[in-house]
Parts: sequence; C-alpha cells; structure tokens
Amino acid sequence: MQNDLFTYTLHLADNSLIMGHRLSVWTGHGPMLEQDIAITNIALDLIGQSRNFYQYAATITETDATEDSLAYLRDSRDFSNLLITEITNGDWAKTTMKLFLFSTWQFYFFQQLINSSDKQLAAIAEKSLKEVTYHVRWSGEWIIRLGDGTEESNKRIKAALEEVWPFTGEMFLPAEYEKSLLNNHVSVNVSDIKNDWNTKVINVLEEATLIFPGDKNTWMHTGGKDGIHTEHLGHILAAMQFLQRAYPGCEW
Amino acid sequence: MIMTKIKENITTGGIWKLMEEIYDPEIPVLSIIDLGIIRDIQINNNDIEVFITPTYSGCPAMDIISMNIRIALMQDGFKNIKITQQLSPAWTTDWMTQHGKEKLKAYGIAPPLRKRFDQKYLEELKVECPLCHSQNTKLISQFASTACKALYQCNDCLEPFDYFKCH
Repeated sequence: MQNDLFTYTLHLADNSLIMGHRLSVWTGHGPMLEQDIAITNIALDLIGQSRNFYQYAATITETDATEDSLAYLRDSRDFSNLLITEITNGDWAKTTMKLFLFSTWQFYFFQQLINSSDKQLAAIAEKSLKEVTYHVRWSGEWIIRLGDGTEESNKRIKAALEEVWPFTGEMFLPAEYEKSLLNNHVSVNVSDIKNDWNTKVINVLEEATLIFPGDKNTWMHTGGKDGIHTEHLGHILAAMQFLQRAYPGCEW
Repeated sequence: MIMTKIKENITTGGIWKLMEEIYDPEIPVLSIIDLGIIRDIQINNNDIEVFITPTYSGCPAMDIISMNIRIALMQDGFKNIKITQQLSPAWTTDWMTQHGKEKLKAYGIAPPLRKRFDQKYLEELKVECPLCHSQNTKLISQFASTACKALYQCNDCLEPFDYFKCH
C-alpha cells in the first residue's frame, strides 16, 4: 500500500514535471511575446505542481530521497509519466493540442482527486485544479483559433490532432498501483473520467471545425505509467538531469 | 552579545503585525498579510511556527517570502523557526484584504473582481482600467508578467495594464 502510494505520487509528479519541462523549451521562442509569456507561466504552474508531489513522495518513502533526487537522479525506466507529456513539441499546433488534451484530463482528474482519502494528494489536487482551469481555457482557445483559422493553421492543427491522438488512450487505463489504491479511495478511477473528457474535447473540436477521432479504430500507445517510454524521454532526461549528474549535489 | 533577546511578552498578535512589513517581491506594494498568504502563527516558548500557503504552485516568490519571514523572525530573536507550507484550503484572491486591493489599484494593477473562484470567472469580465477608470477594456493575454495576472488593454486611454486574476 505505502509502496503503491509512493509510485502513484511519482506518476503524478512525473506527469507535471515532464509536461512542464517540455513547455518550458518554448521560453523565448513563442510566436509572440504574450503567448511566449503565457506558455512559460503554464510551464511554471506544472513544475510547481510536480514539486508539491515530489516533496510529498519524499516524505512517504523510507529512503533518503528528496524532491531533487526524485526529479534529477532517477532513470527513464523509473519515470511513470504519461507518454503524451514526453512527445516532442513540434510546432505551435502540436504543442497546444497535446496541452489541451492533457490539461482537460488533469481538469477532470484533479476534480476527483480532491476527494481522495489521502489528505495531501487531495490538497495538491485542490491547489492544482485552479491553475489547470486556466490551462484548459487557454489551450482550448488555441485549438479553436487554429482549427477555424486559415487554411494553413487548419492543416497544421489537423495534423497535430492525428499525431497526438494515439497518446490519449493511456490516460484512461489504470496501472496496477492505481487499481490497488482504489480500495482505500486514494486513487482516481481514471476510466470514470473518460466521458467528461470526451464531452469537453468533442465540444472544442466541433467549434474548431475538427472531427473527433474517437478511439474505435485507433491503436493507442501505452507503457508510460509502467516506465516503458518512447525514445524521447531519455533525451529530455539527458538535458534536464545533466547538471546534477555532472556536478552531484550542486546547488544554486 | 550581538544576538538580540526575544522581546518580553511576545504575542502572536505582535508577530502578525511584524508580517505586515514583509512584502511580495513581485508586487512590492502588497504585504504578505494583504495577500492572505499567512494562515496561522503558533508560538511556544522560543519556538515559532508560521503556516504559509502559496498563491500559485510554481510561484518563485514563495521561496523569497519564506526567507524574508525567517530573517524577520531571527531579527526578533527567535531561534527555532519553522515555516510550514499548507496547501489546503487552497489560496484564493478572496483572502486579499480590501486595503490590499486598493493599494494594488493605486499601483496600476486592476484588483481581482469576483468574490469567489468559480466556473463563472471563465465568462467575459468587465475589468476597469486602473489608470483612466474606463470600463471599455479588452483582454490581451490570460497570462501576463506573472502567473497570477492577465494582460488587458484599455480601449479608451489605450494603455495596457495588468489584472490580478480571480483565483
């Protein structure tokens, strides 16, 4: 039980950290100043969420792990983030598409996690939900703007949807550690939030003049929650962990 | 002896007063009391524990605020200082004092409008320009110079300005 709670907390921390790190790469490269600042702020929110989860994880393990060692000294097989958070940014369309699909998942997920019997997970969810609400709104508006925009923007957001969609199935498939925590009402039953997520995504895609792909005939990537990643995570960690690996224990 | 002795008869009320002199490094007109960041203060002989709540999860000002609280308490003679981060109940702009909202406006940042964070905040808001007080303003970006603010522009005086978002 305690071990599952630790793994589950890391899963949530890793989701936010890897998505936040990916988005942070846009800093200084956004299509215009205001949007550059917006995506940087969202990255900051996500990294802040991950700190809260890592700090909590460090308190529930018997090892001498700290929030920093959990973020900077684990290898890719130990990371259990959703694959959608680690895939490359691509263009602005792909970045906003994966952020929208992920943030909408976080939005419904945290609404459930608030009711967790684990008080600290519930508290982090309560805090994060307010921020995520803004992320859903911002990224959703971009989907609409690009989809219902020019021929070029429509082409790009369509391609983005096609590319990102096969990474959404995993969000609703519980890992073993999640299932075992359901009994004590610690974890969220992710299959329960699928309908709400679908409804929201369908609404936004419709307004963006895009067709909801559905998941009937789509092969979905899985494995991230159990440490089986795409080739991209190793590259992220190589950059993100470089300093702590090269100069162990260094501090600002 | 350089170390100052703890003042006689120190009260939590006195410490709350002391906290009014610690300012947000990002919005230097607001004290941490104006912002509603301090949730509780407990004193037990020489030990003091201050409970703070972050405005946003990733707000970089929180580390500096914690450090400034620690320095202020050390200068007051406390040795065993504990600063505990409390996430629940989550911080809301409702906790910002009226005095704080007025200072924010005078500083050129439109204060948060709604009383409570709810789904309705997603609707269009009429934010008053803190410079010319016109209601004829438009949203430029939902995220501005910091995560807690949005960027607006006044259609009358044409000045851009920050709006402290409801949260």
